[in-house]
Amino acid sequence: MASTIKMRAKLEEAVVVVKALVSHPMETGLRKDSVTGEKIPAHFITEVIVETMERQVLVAHWGVGISKNPYLSFKYRNGRIGETVKLTWIDNKGNTDSLESEVT
Amino acid sequence: MNRIRRIVVQSAFAAGGVGLLSGAGLLAPRFALAGASRNAFEAGTLEEALKAAIGTTETIETDAISIKVPEIAENGAVVPVTVSATLDDVSAITIFVEHNPKPLISTYTIPEGTEVYVSTRVKMNKTSRLIAVVQSRDRFYSATKSIKVTIGGCGG
Repeated sequence: MASTIKMRAKLEEAVVVVKALVSHPMETGLRKDSVTGEKIPAHFITEVIVETMERQVLVAHWGVGISKNPYLSFKYRNGRIGETVKLTWIDNKGNTDSLESEVT
Repeated sequence: MNRIRRIVVQSAFAAGGVGLLSGAGLLAPRFALAGASRNAFEAGTLEEALKAAIGTTETIETDAISIKVPEIAENGAVVPVTVSATLDDVSAITIFVEHNPKPLISTYTIPEGTEVYVSTRVKMNKTSRLIAVVQSRDRFYSATKSIKVTIGGCGG
């Protein structure tokens, strides 16, 4: 199955810039189905962790206020070209996915 | 969309989800947020959300935090937000939208070596203030931006 995650990590002036997009509905639980009128259950990513081989570089906790198909960008120091950055997410239903990317 | 509709929400989602992954050896306990903090995401007012997320409603307003947002958001479902700060020893960034049904949007743990910078996209139900709180040592600093929303993005 294709990954739900797209991620790019690029070394720019001694800082690794990580940009990631996750494919996820991020349902608030407040929306109603336009046909049946029933509430659409909440379904959203609760945690995101990004790590290199050595350490965690970011941990994010999300609520339903993060937009559908979430975008995340951040920067960390002391990275190097070729090292692996791994992003993992988990949602409120226990679904999870992760992706490894090399710093370029 | 059909698939999503059919899935029944697991009531104890936090325990169920994280437990499952811990069992698979995928996640260390560090991944799990304490129950009390997770509840902060359910808070219905800014004051409650602040108390639950950072333990206080008293923050120190500062120009050292920069919030980059559009002044007017035509689509409240997708509002780009970038928060950065020039403060030292920062351990966390937390974002709130005052007039959302659930004001706590997200919190980011900033480990040593990570820049005080996050960029994301948030939902805004209506015109509101967006508040960024940055924790440095035991202090909570904040900055605020008002965003005019033309079409709300939380559904209802």
